[in-house]
Amino acid sequence: MSATAADIHDNHDDHGPVHTGIKRWLFTTNHKDIGTLYLVFSLIMLFVGGLMAMIIRAELFQPGLQFVNPNFFNQMVTLHALVMVFGMIMPAFAGFANWMIPLMIGAPDMALPRLNNWSFWLLPFAVVLLASTLFMPGGAPASGWTLYPPLVLQTGDAFPFAIFAVHLLGISSIMAAINIIVTIMNLRTPSMSLMQMPLFVWGWLITAYLLIAVMPVLAGGVTMLLMDQFFATSFFQAAGGGDPVLFQHIFWFFGHPEVYIIILPAFGIISQIIPAFSRKPLFGHSAMIYAMASIAFLSFIVWAHHMFTVGMPLAGQMFFMLSTMLIAIPTGVKVFNWTATMWQGSLSFETPMLFAIAFLFLFTIGGFSGLMMAMAPPDFQYHDTYFIVAHFHYVLVPGAMFAAIAGCYFWLPKWTGHMYDERLGQIHFWLSTIFVNLTFFPQHFVGLAGMPRRIPDYAVQFTNFNAMSSIGSFGFGLSQLLLVYVIYKCVKGARKATAEVWDSPEGLEWTVPSPVPYHAFDKAPTYTPRNWGG
Amino acid sequence: MGQKFRQPQIHKTLVTKLIGMALGMFVFGFLLVPLYDIFCDITGIGGKFDTQAAVVTVQTPTDDRTITVEFVASLNEYAPWEFRPSTTSIQVRPGEMYDTTFYARNLTDREITGQAVPSIAPGQAVKYFKKTECFCFTSQQFTARESRDMPLQFVVDPDLPRHIDRLTLSYTFFVAKQVANN
Repeated sequence: MSATAADIHDNHDDHGPVHTGIKRWLFTTNHKDIGTLYLVFSLIMLFVGGLMAMIIRAELFQPGLQFVNPNFFNQMVTLHALVMVFGMIMPAFAGFANWMIPLMIGAPDMALPRLNNWSFWLLPFAVVLLASTLFMPGGAPASGWTLYPPLVLQTGDAFPFAIFAVHLLGISSIMAAINIIVTIMNLRTPSMSLMQMPLFVWGWLITAYLLIAVMPVLAGGVTMLLMDQFFATSFFQAAGGGDPVLFQHIFWFFGHPEVYIIILPAFGIISQIIPAFSRKPLFGHSAMIYAMASIAFLSFIVWAHHMFTVGMPLAGQMFFMLSTMLIAIPTGVKVFNWTATMWQGSLSFETPMLFAIAFLFLFTIGGFSGLMMAMAPPDFQYHDTYFIVAHFHYVLVPGAMFAAIAGCYFWLPKWTGHMYDERLGQIHFWLSTIFVNLTFFPQHFVGLAGMPRRIPDYAVQFTNFNAMSSIGSFGFGLSQLLLVYVIYKCVKGARKATAEVWDSPEGLEWTVPSPVPYHAFDKAPTYTPRNWGG
Repeated sequence: MGQKFRQPQIHKTLVTKLIGMALGMFVFGFLLVPLYDIFCDITGIGGKFDTQAAVVTVQTPTDDRTITVEFVASLNEYAPWEFRPSTTSIQVRPGEMYDTTFYARNLTDREITGQAVPSIAPGQAVKYFKKTECFCFTSQQFTARESRDMPLQFVVDPDLPRHIDRLTLSYTFFVAKQVANN
């Protein structure tokens, strides 16, 4: 632990990777290599999880059972969620953190480079372990990603494997979080104060604390499941005096902060992109930081809004309803500040900005449907219907995932030294935006009309909207192949990018050349906040 | 140009603190279990009963309200019993004592022991539903193919909040070896 980034840097004179070939990637301690690994892994998982979504949507194209049996359908629902949350979106943001945080705060590398290597390399093993459950007797867990007992305890041989996969994913995230906090606190260039840090760095600092606070609680909860199954404990077994509802409390004590773990880095990316393409400073920099901190704090006291229907006393429902609605205030601050940043700016609409604006609109739609469900009385109607499916996909897909795509287009020239194909990027944007809405918007309607989630069959009156939804999802899935092509083309070589890439964006990351040298900032750079004048 | 970075030796302190935080939260996850039980006990929302007979004095009803008490019997998968209430609901007056039975039959050719676990809805009523005798207080032995009616005797406390006019008492009948240290 005493071998710091700075020491390691001093130890080799060449300014390229130590190893070549596969060994470069296996043994790398370089934050840029590890960032790339995370991002590539995340892109692969997008297609693995996406394929599962395609199976779900193919089955739901028509009522009745066409392609898969109900048990396999539920395994797909479970694995789709686990892969997308733990394998795709969290590693994507960890990739951005690895690449961009040291560059943004003027650090030579992450503070704990070997730990960094380890936190990445746990992921492929964890995901393979999780996917291997599909081939075990009894199949993968079919309980949904929430793993509620007693249902999840009926999983076949795969049960302990799935739990260990969750443990590994959790350990990986906790290690990444520790690394990020130490990097930000200890390796930040001395001339940059905490409040001056870019919003992306702030978003991740808060996220990292959330990860450390709640991932261990999930680990504890799933460990209790394991003990109930194999060591005759009765944490959640009514037969032995336990209570299955307790698991829901433990799970959502983790689960609600988890949704902010996913969205705060996305907020950070959007807060970098909108000012850059508005040619204005971010409106209310400190307010944005306080808003994120408030959201993070509130996330710890709202968990039971996921379980209004378990039979809570009125006082409990009131508390969780009101505390949940309180979150709309800091979130509103963020949405208004992004809008105010664009106000009277000289806007230009390159692909990252397009995705950022789509994020702003569509995430807000997801936020509003969230407010509807925050209210306990109507939530009894929405609970476990397609309405909740529409809600969380709106905040996760055109929310978190669009932010990740926007960040990818925004920083791709910085990473590769080449401009991506702007025309293809814009086509990718329009295809994604149209299809994502076609996929998820009709789900609001079928949900309100009573179509339950996690069921492979449905009543015939829901057919048209489901068919639209399925067509949208196939289109959305195929459009992402275009993203892969754009990235491939950009990496292979294209027009050279300048150090600034865009029209003089603010931040230390734009002061280093594009592509970023393998080792940047061997001396702490001087950070001076830009004087915008006026 | 450029300054010195902060001294990296301080990594160790911060990393130790953060690991400590993570371990602390792991322990906190387990602490939620007793906390939850205490919370449910205080507020009475879990719907869980004591497994001891209540001592009550039968009182004359103070008013003429009647409460519907419904009986539900459930089995989890692969349970080797037939199990049902002999009456599905009765009208009771708070303060008076009532008797009813649950019927169970062993469907196997070997001796098995069962344990019933009770639960009541709404959960707030748990404090006011007093069982003076219940087959759930002890485990129940059944010889091969044996069937019998198992007794339940209870009083609904007159202090039961007035907005509750219907109670559902539910039993799940488990094979006793599944029941760990109840």
